[in-house]
Amino acid sequence: MANVMLEVKELTTKYITRFGEDVYAVDHVSLKVEEGKALGIAGESGCGKSTLALSLMGYYFAPLHYTSGEIIIDGRNISGMNPDEVRKSILGKEIAYIPQAAMNALNPTRKIIHFIEDVIQEHELYITKKDIYDRARKLFETLGLPAEVLQKYPVELSGGMKQRTVIAISVLLLPKVLIADEPSSALDVTSQKMVIKMLRQLMETGLISSLIFITHELPLLYNVTDDIMVMYAGQIVEKANSKEAVFDPIHPYAKGLMGSIIVPEKGLRDVKLTAIPGVPPNLKRPPAGCRFAERCKYVQPECKVHSVDLRELEGGRTYRCIFSEEQLRKAYQNG
Amino acid sequence: MADEKKLCLSGSGITKVFGIGRQKTVAVDHVDFNFYEGEIISIVGESGSGKTTLAKMLLGLISSTEGDIYFLGQKRDISSQKKKQEYWKNIQAIFQDPFSSYNIFNKIDSVLLDCIHMRGGRKLPYAKKVELMSEACSFVNLKFEELTNKYPFELSGGQMQRLMIARIFLLKPKILLADEPTSMIDACSRATILDMLMQLRDETGMTLIFITHDIGLAYFVSDSVYIMEHGKFVESGTADEVILHPKEVYTQRLINDVPKIYEEWDLSTV
Ligand SMILES: Nc1ncnc2c1ncn2[C@@H]1O[C@H](COP(=O)(O)OP(=O)(O)OP(=O)(O)O)[C@@H](O)[C@H]1O
Ligand SMILES: Nc1ncnc2c1ncn2[C@@H]1O[C@H](COP(=O)(O)OP(=O)(O)O)[C@@H](O)[C@H]1O
Ligand code: SF4
Ligand SMILES: [Mg+2]
Ligand SMILES: [Mg+2]
Repeated sequence: MANVMLEVKELTTKYITRFGEDVYAVDHVSLKVEEGKALGIAGESGCGKSTLALSLMGYYFAPLHYTSGEIIIDGRNISGMNPDEVRKSILGKEIAYIPQAAMNALNPTRKIIHFIEDVIQEHELYITKKDIYDRARKLFETLGLPAEVLQKYPVELSGGMKQRTVIAISVLLLPKVLIADEPSSALDVTSQKMVIKMLRQLMETGLISSLIFITHELPLLYNVTDDIMVMYAGQIVEKANSKEAVFDPIHPYAKGLMGSIIVPEKGLRDVKLTAIPGVPPNLKRPPAGCRFAERCKYVQPECKVHSVDLRELEGGRTYRCIFSEEQLRKAYQNG
Repeated sequence: MADEKKLCLSGSGITKVFGIGRQKTVAVDHVDFNFYEGEIISIVGESGSGKTTLAKMLLGLISSTEGDIYFLGQKRDISSQKKKQEYWKNIQAIFQDPFSSYNIFNKIDSVLLDCIHMRGGRKLPYAKKVELMSEACSFVNLKFEELTNKYPFELSGGQMQRLMIARIFLLKPKILLADEPTSMIDACSRATILDMLMQLRDETGMTLIFITHDIGLAYFVSDSVYIMEHGKFVESGTADEVILHPKEVYTQRLINDVPKIYEEWDLSTV
């Protein structure tokens, strides 16, 4: 059996707002990523993707709080570890994280090479600047980035180049798990494609051992990941291999997402987009039953009574609905 | 049938040059176009190709360096503030960044009320105005009661985008120009917004001009497509012609850059 790089069991975290209200953005999430594999996380804005990404690092700061569950990185359980320890021995090395819009957060007065010096020196006190430069140059070459970028300031780089630079910096310490949160969403299509290519390169060259890629764009996930997890209102509603998740979803929400895909391929012009009506529930007061019930075409009175558990099918595929796979498939056939 | 189509907006040799001497940028370079009434048109090109600059000229927000724009067959005249106001009753826009489009000090009710007033509804009884505003909000899946007394910056990006469509619903312009209206929102809300815009076109017969770098989106929504490279239109035609049988290398590249799911996506081109 392949090595498990990241295993998460029933992780629950919440935000506590200024007004003392709880926002349950990650609710009993479990997942597993094996060595050499990429996991995609999909779902619409506000469903908790970014919060999950933050939570996975085991590094919590207000307003985000850990509630329960376990995080195991390459066999090492980091749940409950103190924040300083996580910062020192986990972040960057074991698990690296590229936040959403990271490229806009670079300090404009520092050159790229200085960011790299910071990252490396935090972990290797006695390394020389020359060695750092050589290492950075080699990494940039491997990833097809020009070495001149190292001497530039962030503002001198185009959006696409800045983003690829951020990604390169994040893998300097060869993390076992890389979490990339919407790394290509603010870019035009060509830069987006370069980012996708780079993520694949990171896996192929072994610079990272596993990847978690977050985006609401299913076609991008499909081209990078092995498995896809669909989130809705803080919970996993379906997990399947990428092909099944995109072409053959079981959960009504996953099915709805599939209906919002736009690709310029023949015949797709006449396919009607199936927008999902309504908006996701407020996570301060999540509904008692199925969280998707308000928007679900197939809702039954009992959906709203008790919380709905995940069902596991043969082969490990899971989904969260009161109906059996057969019942749902039949319902889809009948429109 | 084809000759029955009525020209809505057209132009030839439209050019915009910014700066002078060595600082000169030719942002839009002698473009010709014929946009017909009730059509959905997409203008597609990569970042910096001149799309937004052309949009601003179409809207009359900036002047062209060369070339005249024709509106309903007549040379467009926006030489005075009054004529501009008159023109803007016919053409409206939704911008790249939804947050930039509102006066941040205006509450949402007044954003919508303004639309009713612009359409000559200033004298309507208040109850009727509320009815119109509520109808517009429900068209875009917003609840009017929940928006009153809020400021635009208190809305999420998706809600903001829908509020913009509610404005269009009230204004019912002849032409709607949408500059990357869906680039800031998720795929799911994008489907909702496209759905609403297409429905609005079907109901009112307005001409819809989409500006985007995503040729997949262009293929999906439009009747005709114009491809823009370095300020020039390099290829145009019906969506099927341009996207299924592209002639230009540039068009082929744009198509190549959009992720595929049915065919292999060739990553070697970047
Ligand atoms: N006010 C201005 N002054 C000088 N140059 C400008 C001005 N506005 C735009 N430009 C230049 O004109 C060119 C076209 O810009 P434009 O904003 O129209 O591109 P775009 O196609 O809309 O790009 P994007 O996809 O990034 O929105 C660019 O080279 C830009 O730098
Ligand atoms: N700092 C915060 N304080 C309180 N609530 C937050 C905070 N950040 C996000 N949330 C809430 O948590 C939920 C999930 O947000 P997020 O993880 O950003 O979703 P996504 O990345 O899927 O768009 C949303 O309801 C959002 O409003
Ligand atoms: S549990 Fe009910 S409401 Fe929820 S997805 Fe299934 S059918 Fe729809
Ligand atoms: Mg996010
Ligand atoms: Mg633009």
